Amino acid sequence: MITSIMIVGVGGQGSLLASRVLGRAALDKGYDVKVSEVHGMSQRGGSVVTYVRFGDKVASPIIDKGGADYIISFELLEAARYVGFLKPGGQIVTSSQQIDPMPVVAGTAEYPQGLVEKMTAAGAKVDVLDALKLAEEAGSIKASNIVLMGRFSKYLPEISKEEWLSAVKACVPEKFLALNTKAFELGLFA
Amino acid sequence: MKELMLGNKALARGLYEAGVALASSYPGTPSTETTEEAAKYPEIYCEWAPNEKVAMETAWGASVAGKRSYCAMKHVGLNVAADPLFTISYTGVNAGMVICVADDPGMHSSQNEQDSRHYAIAAKIPMLEPSDSAEALSFTKRAYDLSEEYDTPVFIKMCTRVSHSQSIVETGERSEPERKPYVKNFEKYVMVPAAAKKRHPIVEERTRRLTEYAETTDLNRVEEGGDNSLGIICDSTSYEYVKEVFGNRVWVLKIGLVNPLPVQKIRDFAAHVKRLVVVEELDPVIENHVRSLGLAVEGKSLFPAVGEFSQEMIAEALGEKPAESCTPIENLPGRPPAMCSGCPHRGLFYVLKQNKCTVIGDIGCYTLGSTPPLSAIDTTLCMGASVSGLHGFNKVGGSESEQHTVAVIGDSTFMHSGMTGLANIAYNQTNSTVVILDNSITGMTGHQQNPTTGKNLYGDPAGRIDLEALARAMGINRVRVVDPYNLAETDAAVKEELAAAEPSVIISRRPCALLKEVKKGVPLVVDPDKCIGCKSCMCLGCPSISFRNNKAVVDDTQCFGCNVCAELCPKDAFRAI
Repeated sequence: MITSIMIVGVGGQGSLLASRVLGRAALDKGYDVKVSEVHGMSQRGGSVVTYVRFGDKVASPIIDKGGADYIISFELLEAARYVGFLKPGGQIVTSSQQIDPMPVVAGTAEYPQGLVEKMTAAGAKVDVLDALKLAEEAGSIKASNIVLMGRFSKYLPEISKEEWLSAVKACVPEKFLALNTKAFELGLFA
Repeated sequence: MKELMLGNKALARGLYEAGVALASSYPGTPSTETTEEAAKYPEIYCEWAPNEKVAMETAWGASVAGKRSYCAMKHVGLNVAADPLFTISYTGVNAGMVICVADDPGMHSSQNEQDSRHYAIAAKIPMLEPSDSAEALSFTKRAYDLSEEYDTPVFIKMCTRVSHSQSIVETGERSEPERKPYVKNFEKYVMVPAAAKKRHPIVEERTRRLTEYAETTDLNRVEEGGDNSLGIICDSTSYEYVKEVFGNRVWVLKIGLVNPLPVQKIRDFAAHVKRLVVVEELDPVIENHVRSLGLAVEGKSLFPAVGEFSQEMIAEALGEKPAESCTPIENLPGRPPAMCSGCPHRGLFYVLKQNKCTVIGDIGCYTLGSTPPLSAIDTTLCMGASVSGLHGFNKVGGSESEQHTVAVIGDSTFMHSGMTGLANIAYNQTNSTVVILDNSITGMTGHQQNPTTGKNLYGDPAGRIDLEALARAMGINRVRVVDPYNLAETDAAVKEELAAAEPSVIISRRPCALLKEVKKGVPLVVDPDKCIGCKSCMCLGCPSISFRNNKAVVDDTQCFGCNVCAELCPKDAFRAI
């Protein structure tokens, strides 16, 4: 049994840290884990995808169409973009944040409306939260990645809150631990 | 100790454990972190070389001097280093020498998707291909042992998915080999024809012995399957996808030593199975070898020679049921990468576009100047090609071309291989205008120092090459520096230098906005009463500016405060927040 999770967003939003926290939590739980990241050009404001897979024995580090159990998204349009990677009935946890992609900025396209409804119609379960606002409440908008991990933790009962927070502790600098702990809890109880 | 580790970091751990003393590399995605991670071990001296050829020759020098050495590059970087490569194959090594080359199938961050395995065959150098982080570590250590045993440089071939995936590794201790004495040896190290003629047969004999090794080494491993209806030969990350699909249901020959390939081992494997398939990304390197043995095999008839593979693709191609999925949502706007808020390149490209310049481009973040709405770049080829390409373009185009055409090249790329192009302009004389986009860092690969920044890989003070003095020393009389945040100044410089009847260099100088030491300006807001919705600011393609209800709106969380948009506004609608 393998759990496959995609973390998607816009380059620079902090998906690398989110994937490392998730990978660490799964590793500490004794699972085999693989994480695939994106570096280089795509990071410059482009659409970025990180894959996290864990289970008894994981071979492939990537996820293709129909392979994901969960999508964690930092941005609404990016959640919609990857819905075809989700298994039927799979769960999306997404921030309600909207960032205009360059074609919208350049005026050649409109930011699509009704995305949550479209994702639901595509066969996904969708959980939307204002991760940016909660992160701000925790002390920094940069912590929206940990807010999302807090919310997502509800869907993985096999990993306890304490285990998650221990993974957060292992992955963030000491001086930001209190902020990130608060961000995780705000996400969890949102 | 068990750790979750990035493939590149695991490779660096292998360098540490193998007792490597020196690493010299040029940054290139996806290879960069191998050297950055190696630099975290004080026992390994690490440096960024100006280019891959210099890096490889530096590593070779260290090997000849008696210490284990390393150099890393992306696939296209190996083209730059190909000259020393083919002859280091002849000289062999003293202490072990490993060359990491990282391919980028799918071109996540590259201009082509060439298959580096061809180089191993052509240069007659053994190549190991790890499939995950644990192998990146263990293969690296074995590569050094092979290098010394067979007196040859050894390739470690990575790819994006092995370099940038994390999986579990177990780390070990460092061994500290004694420095091997350097002994003068004309026939081994002086590759004049008389000596090289004696080395070539040694290389051929080495390949013969390595082929024997390939027959027995556990780097090439047969994994028995439940039934023998299908046997798959695979390497690198394809192995992981195959195992994901089939587990232990089919026979697998996992290739870890991809050059030289075994012969008898493949014949024996083929004899065990009813259907023989090779699964390999990019070119049919293994498949062609298998076919050359006279065996019936399928490969590229089932799988593409372009892009990356996945477990789902392999499953479908081999007749497994495709996975069901949620229905994809069609016609969503794409999100290509774009220049960052506050990027100093933006102002320069705006000016070039306004002047209707033909822009011969180069490799770096500024390649994004080719994307809409700026669409300011006409060509992108390889590192350094902007400067030399411009010279050829102008030689044929004459003065008409010289007055409208520029090269754009970053500071690091200029040091890499733009300098020699400028030498050609200075020597063979075209009235060319070269713009060096000096953002004081190697940007695209994630902020590495270079010879113009005054800092070494560790961020410590280092030698610094003065770009203005360098250009002047080459005989360029017209050298000027502009601030690309100042559009009027930049525009005047571009107009004057294009008109000048001699070669010129414009240095467009502003540090990358993402550098930690660069202070953000005050974010701007748009006064909606002043904004007339003319979209003058929108043509910059700044991710902080959007257009809503017929007015420009600034996202103040993203805005860097560079003020370039304000310079364009005819109604003075932008003000500091």
